[in-house]
Amino acid sequence: MALLAAVAVLSVAVGAKQLPVADVWSGLWHPDSAEYAVVHQMRLPRTLLGLLAGTALGLAGAVMQALTRNPLADPGLLGINAGASAAVATAALLGVTALNGYVWFALLGAAAVTALVYAVGGGRGATPARLALAGAALNATLYSYVSAAMLLDAASLDRLRFWTVGSLASADAATVRRVAPFVAAGLLVALATARPLNALALGDDAARALGARPALIRAAVIAAVTLLCGAATAACGPIVFVGLLVPHLVRAVTGPDLRWLLPYCAVLSPVLLLGADVLGRVLGRPGELQVGMVTAVLGGPLFLWLVLRRRVTRP
Amino acid sequence: MTVLRTPGGLSLRFRPRALVVGAGCALLAAGLGVLAVAGGDYPMSPADVLRTLTGGGTPAEEFIIHELRLPRLVTALLVGAALALAGAVFQSLVRNPLGSPDMLGFTQGASTGALVVVVLGGSSLALSGAAVASGLATGLLVYALVARTGVHGYRLVLVGIGLNAILTGINGYLLTRAPLMDAARAVLWLTGSLDGRGWSDATPLLVVLAVLTPLVLLGCGPALRMMEMGDDTAAALGVPVRRLRLVLLGAAVLLVAFAAAAAGPVSFVALTAPHLARRLTRSPGPNLLPAMCVGATLLVGADLLGQRVFADHQLPAGAITGAVGGAYLVWLLAVERRAGRL
Repeated sequence: MALLAAVAVLSVAVGAKQLPVADVWSGLWHPDSAEYAVVHQMRLPRTLLGLLAGTALGLAGAVMQALTRNPLADPGLLGINAGASAAVATAALLGVTALNGYVWFALLGAAAVTALVYAVGGGRGATPARLALAGAALNATLYSYVSAAMLLDAASLDRLRFWTVGSLASADAATVRRVAPFVAAGLLVALATARPLNALALGDDAARALGARPALIRAAVIAAVTLLCGAATAACGPIVFVGLLVPHLVRAVTGPDLRWLLPYCAVLSPVLLLGADVLGRVLGRPGELQVGMVTAVLGGPLFLWLVLRRRVTRP
Repeated sequence: MTVLRTPGGLSLRFRPRALVVGAGCALLAAGLGVLAVAGGDYPMSPADVLRTLTGGGTPAEEFIIHELRLPRLVTALLVGAALALAGAVFQSLVRNPLGSPDMLGFTQGASTGALVVVVLGGSSLALSGAAVASGLATGLLVYALVARTGVHGYRLVLVGIGLNAILTGINGYLLTRAPLMDAARAVLWLTGSLDGRGWSDATPLLVVLAVLTPLVLLGCGPALRMMEMGDDTAAALGVPVRRLRLVLLGAAVLLVAFAAAAAGPVSFVALTAPHLARRLTRSPGPNLLPAMCVGATLLVGADLLGQRVFADHQLPAGAITGAVGGAYLVWLLAVERRAGRL
């Protein structure tokens, strides 16, 4: 059933992509038509990258919410994406401009911040508001570092100011190939943790009694989040709210069982991200609105609604 | 706590340590200020500075000090004090040591207005005006969103964080719309810089501070201390909680907006100054006045450092506070975590 939904949703996403230019449809299938090059060199990698990044962010959000038992955990809000950006800004200052080089920096930055966030938010005492505040503070620090890096060097300013918004525009086949293995690895690890994380939701002791090893699971989740967020951020810049919203929307359908929740998130998050990307291109014609800006503006009100309506935030 | 009684039956309670800290900070700020005014491309000795300030300098020295360096120093002092006061009020209202206006979207809100002006290409006066207006608009929006369900600390925090994320997205987008030269100027502004500030930047902030400081310090300070015990307790003790919170929020937002208009959104002063003040005075409560002194000292020190660290390259004060504040934040997270307060 999940597979069915996946195919259906995928086709919607791809179909929606063709909306702005109707002729693209033929270009996809006829190698000799004029649009063939456009579709295969620009549109297709962009869609694929959107799929990868969306999956990565949505899954990362879902496992983080499960691990920290915190409904407001999101790789963007908690500063993990910002950690990856700060590392990429460092790479740009050091003169590393190829994606090949800075994907490693991004992974390193994401790993550091994930560990820090977990150290702050993993304990019992952390309420959603406090964790979110700690994340916001980290975000502020890391962004002020990024803007300082931009100030020091006009060339990196020109590159980074587009990248820090979060955009799929720079996608090409090489980027997709480069990022795919990391996302795939993260995806596998994340999906593998679904069952033990379910056990862990009952508390450490109960989980141990059920045969799970809490320390190992935590390490696996942190590794998965690092891989997913680092790769996604290296490719398209920091994008907020995708990892927060999709798990909440999905949870309304599937309930809290992670074995259902995670696959659904993996399928629906790219729908959201690609939808935002398409919307950005439609609204921003002749140019485009960056997808990170669209998710922030669309996701923000949903986040506020969540905070104001639901009782998730009681300390 | 020391109590001073007058024969007429009036009494004044104060903490000697808080007074000492305040005075010490003021002295330190004055010392740093003299250093800041003395240094630069035309170096003077501290004695020269004092002589010029009292009216005995050459015309060149008069011009350099009164028109170039003094306004910058005064702006730094005022911005530091205003941000620290706003930060202390916010941290006390939301009852969280991290609840400063930079985290809650108010500074980002002020930046959005300024960036719109940069993209449209306006004057620096329009930029300040837009920063104030959009900072206030953000404050109103937060309040409107929160007021319906009751202004609880944690909800204010979460709404602020949500708005902060939205505004960060919008700001990033605006930055990509500007031509590269304007973008560089915008990034400099966004970092928070005191470069080239004149009396016209300092005056509006001075007026706002002159009005709001007594209001917050004398009018709301004691009640704010009560409110830290919880809304119900405070209400039982006769504090008009709702109205007071509205007044304090309004005052803090005004302070942040005008400070941002004068020097850009200087990060972390609002967060760290109240903490440092509390550690120095070792007294509970919001510590409003010591926080102001500490904030002013911090910003003057940061500006001085930014001018002197690299001989050939001036760093904006905001870059210094950002770097130092970031390190402080990581340390704070570790300490608060260990103490179980986070």
